Amino acid sequence: MKRLLIALFCILSLPVFANEPAATQAEATDKEAFSPGEMILHHIGDAHEWHFATLGDEEHGTHLTLPLPVIAYQPTKGLSVFSSSNLAHGQAYNGLKLEHEHLVAEDGGKVYDFSITKNVASLLLSALILLLVFTAVARGYRKNHGGAPRGIQSFFEPIVVFIRDEVAKKSIGPKYERYMPYLLTIFFFIWFNNLLGLMPGAANLTGNIAVTMTLALLTLIITLASSNSNYWHHIFATPGVPKPLLLIMIPVELIGIVVKPFSLMIRLFANITAGHIVVLSFISLIFIFQSIFISPVTLAFGLFINVLELLVAILQAYIFTLLTAMYIGGAVEEHHDADYQMGGGDGADEAHVARAAH
Amino acid sequence: MDLITPNIGLIFWQLVIFLIVLFLLAKFAWKPILGSLKEREDSIESALRMADQAKLEMQQLKAGNEKLIAEARMERDKMMQEATQMANQLIEQAKSKATEEGSRMIMQAREAIQNEKQAALTEVKNTAAKLSIDIAERILRRELADSGSQQQLVDSYLKDVKLN
Repeated sequence: MKRLLIALFCILSLPVFANEPAATQAEATDKEAFSPGEMILHHIGDAHEWHFATLGDEEHGTHLTLPLPVIAYQPTKGLSVFSSSNLAHGQAYNGLKLEHEHLVAEDGGKVYDFSITKNVASLLLSALILLLVFTAVARGYRKNHGGAPRGIQSFFEPIVVFIRDEVAKKSIGPKYERYMPYLLTIFFFIWFNNLLGLMPGAANLTGNIAVTMTLALLTLIITLASSNSNYWHHIFATPGVPKPLLLIMIPVELIGIVVKPFSLMIRLFANITAGHIVVLSFISLIFIFQSIFISPVTLAFGLFINVLELLVAILQAYIFTLLTAMYIGGAVEEHHDADYQMGGGDGADEAHVARAAH
Repeated sequence: MDLITPNIGLIFWQLVIFLIVLFLLAKFAWKPILGSLKEREDSIESALRMADQAKLEMQQLKAGNEKLIAEARMERDKMMQEATQMANQLIEQAKSKATEEGSRMIMQAREAIQNEKQAALTEVKNTAAKLSIDIAERILRRELADSGSQQQLVDSYLKDVKLN
């Protein structure tokens, strides 16, 4: 199914790229020309303001945007904090301006951009939702002590139990309890943000490589921090491998340590971004063909992909959590005989597909 | 290329916010949730174990009761048997006593009858003797006028006496 979609997407994107030079040419003569590639990249990328909609045309219409704070650090000038509305329409403020959504100094100096961008705002929103939802669930347990779960508690309890029994216990083994808070947090963090990303006008947080990289790095740090001697013994003296072969095996295993979280990073990023690109591509069809008759196709395919993305949202959260649990399980395992193909095989395959999608 | 270039600001915020969320959720959500789940599972498990134990105890109790009932029944049977036996014995005893008494009374009666009979006979004998003596007196008064006849009589008497 995924391959089919990717193929479809590739076919659809071909004319897009082919059209691009034509579009830029047309832009010179006609401001109204539509460039789907630009529109899609703009939608899945980050921004310094939260743009919901534009009423009327680009030049004279009303932009419904939420300006967000810009926090920039310049080694020469120090910290500057101001509203992003000061940078609207390419204006410069405080020696800073936006160039393709990148904060740059007018004098060409180095700028460290710590702005509350659209993604950071969305991140804060999701953090708030997570805290509200799960403290409410925890309150349910306190109020309803020892009883059967009720309300929101009964919705999340099976998921929590599933993560505990099917993911943590099976992958990590007897030491699973220490890792439960992390596993539950990444699962719900990814799931909630995937769902938030599907909302119209929302940010594409889990489809941002910085976010997935941070999560994958945390998994790597936790895996390495909890690794025992068996884990390292397996890497530097793989049992049952002849001594000369170790010359090849040790680098391969060392690369494996990094490749595992790398695959986590790419998989989540590519799956979520690809989903957004496909949905946006179907929407772009209307503007490419400039015909209302294409809208049933857009509607049908767009709805289909959107519903599929709902499934992908929880599936990717589950896969990320499961693989994290497996990597941790491999690091804390006492008997090191069974664990190696668990994460590797499936992970490598997924990453391959993900790269193809990109 | 923009798409796959991680932004330092976003990494920073993601790290900070994620770690805060992780800390807060671990403290205020996951700990109580997992704790309650474990507690509930433990209580269910212990309840099941207790139910099993209660079932076993019940079975033991039932078996004990049955044993008790069987014992009681046996006891009752034994007591009934003993009672019957005793009653039979008593009846037997009473019967034999009655028979004894009866025969004793019969014996006494017989003895009394014998005594009465003896007394009656003695009386009859005495009366008869008296009567005979009277008769003899009278006869003698009449007869002894004649001395031969007297002799005759004495002889006959003597003969009689010898015969006696």
